[in-house]
Amino acid sequence: MKETKEYTLYNDTVMDHFLNPRNMGDVQEADGVGEVGAAACGDIMKISLKIRDGKIEDARFKTFGCGSAIASSSMATELIKGRTLEEAKNFSNQEVVDALGGLPPVKIHCSVLAEEALKAAIEDYEAKQAKVPVVA
Amino acid sequence: MDKRSVYLDHQTTTPVLEEALQAMLPYFREVYGSPSSLHRFGLQVREGLKEARQKIAALINAESEEDLIFTSGGTESSNLAIKGFADANHRKGNHIVVSAIEHPSVMNSIEYLTKHGFEVSSVPVNAIGQINPEDVRAAITDKTILVCVHLVNHDIGTIQPVKEIGKITAEKGIALYCDALAAAGWMPIDVRDLGVQLLSFSPHRFYGPKGIGVLYRNRKARVTSHIHGGVQEGGRRAGTENVPAIIGAGVAAEVAIKEMSQRVEHVAMLQKRLYDGLWKHIKYIKLNGPVPGPLRICNTLNLSTEFIEGEGQLLLLDYQGIAVASGSSCVSKSLKVSHVLSAIQLDHALAQGNIIMSLGKDNTVEDVDYVIETFPKIVDKLRNMSPMWKEFEEGVIDSVIAPTGRGKSFTQHAADISGKPAH
Ligand code: FES
Repeated sequence: MKETKEYTLYNDTVMDHFLNPRNMGDVQEADGVGEVGAAACGDIMKISLKIRDGKIEDARFKTFGCGSAIASSSMATELIKGRTLEEAKNFSNQEVVDALGGLPPVKIHCSVLAEEALKAAIEDYEAKQAKVPVVA
Repeated sequence: MDKRSVYLDHQTTTPVLEEALQAMLPYFREVYGSPSSLHRFGLQVREGLKEARQKIAALINAESEEDLIFTSGGTESSNLAIKGFADANHRKGNHIVVSAIEHPSVMNSIEYLTKHGFEVSSVPVNAIGQINPEDVRAAITDKTILVCVHLVNHDIGTIQPVKEIGKITAEKGIALYCDALAAAGWMPIDVRDLGVQLLSFSPHRFYGPKGIGVLYRNRKARVTSHIHGGVQEGGRRAGTENVPAIIGAGVAAEVAIKEMSQRVEHVAMLQKRLYDGLWKHIKYIKLNGPVPGPLRICNTLNLSTEFIEGEGQLLLLDYQGIAVASGSSCVSKSLKVSHVLSAIQLDHALAQGNIIMSLGKDNTVEDVDYVIETFPKIVDKLRNMSPMWKEFEEGVIDSVIAPTGRGKSFTQHAADISGKPAH
């Protein structure tokens, strides 16, 4: 086939994050871990966080899901690194969609998965904090 | 260096044969009359169409070329077969028997009929996607007018016992419609031997052009037209014929007959090589449908790789120049796993990792070896990225393909973390 143009399912940014995902893996001795599933398609995303002084120092992901889910988790972890917990709690999937330059309508829920995994990881962190006995 | 380009989606569509294209070209600008016209322009086209019709009739051993109706494609052919037959015969009964794993054009045509007073019995299939003829017999009632079963499954490649089902429908005096979309051109078809009254297929699946479908209709089976207009196709399908496409389809049928045995032999050899190679190099991989051999069409493999999802595999394969399909929910526009995979009760975790590779006559041993070399790396890459793989290694979840007895099922795990069961 004579190809003058590369035809890809997603735009260049999404393809780049899918093919070369950033922050893939697990944070060692993570402070918070969130694993969530998408009811829509049955996929799973896991985000682990390292938190220092109320800030997200490191974020990593693992994803069982489509190309846009992988790209969304890659982008989400990029975006939230360095943010405070308060900022991260307000994180919305729209930010991921915008940073990726858009996703097909049927794939928006994949970015929601990234938001949910992040929030689950923060909740996990806060639950663990609450359990730490306060030394009087 | 140019990337190797390997097309492994021949069950979706194929390129047009050079011979077919050359035969079509004059019909765009030189022999452009309408076959309905009475002048020499029309008469010349009429003759070309008759020849094409004969060639296509020969592909399925139809009694006469007059038994063929040309439509716009396989989908229209199924629609006409089912709705047209139901319409023409509704006085005899309102019950239809259909297998659970038919093509969407069959499923959705029948679903439409259920909104107009018809009742349907769906016949299940076994784990490799086979219909049991006795289940068809058991589903037939005194209201049944039509049985719909396909010859080869479009997803998992299972060859169905249509001839046995044909004996049952003949015994009961009921019409049998067979969708031969995934079979035509890839295995010999004989409508008389099968005992079908209606059979449809689409030439673009065997190197003919798109935009043309065929419906064989035995004289005993009445169908009512659904496209109204002039008296083309014996009054069963109005509209000026897509002449160039029909001419191309005729050549594709002629070549398919001539090259059938070598085509099948070559493609079956590649299928076996691909199957052996992938299974040797990839762990936790499952074949859906029968093993390569007499129960499976020669050109396709439908597989599931565990712990990863299908769209990612498809995209990475495409990036390496290999074009495949997938029945994973992430790939479908409706976010639903293919109904065929559900019907064979494939575990959700495996349905998600679904990939369909379908070979063609122009694929080579080198193509197949390239896939065998490339695909395992892609599976590894995605498994590394997947939380399920590590959780499996840690014993949190278990494998469906090769259970270790440690950990819970993927489905249970997915339900636990999403709050809703995976579908
Ligand atoms: S994660 Fe399933 S569609 Fe994106």
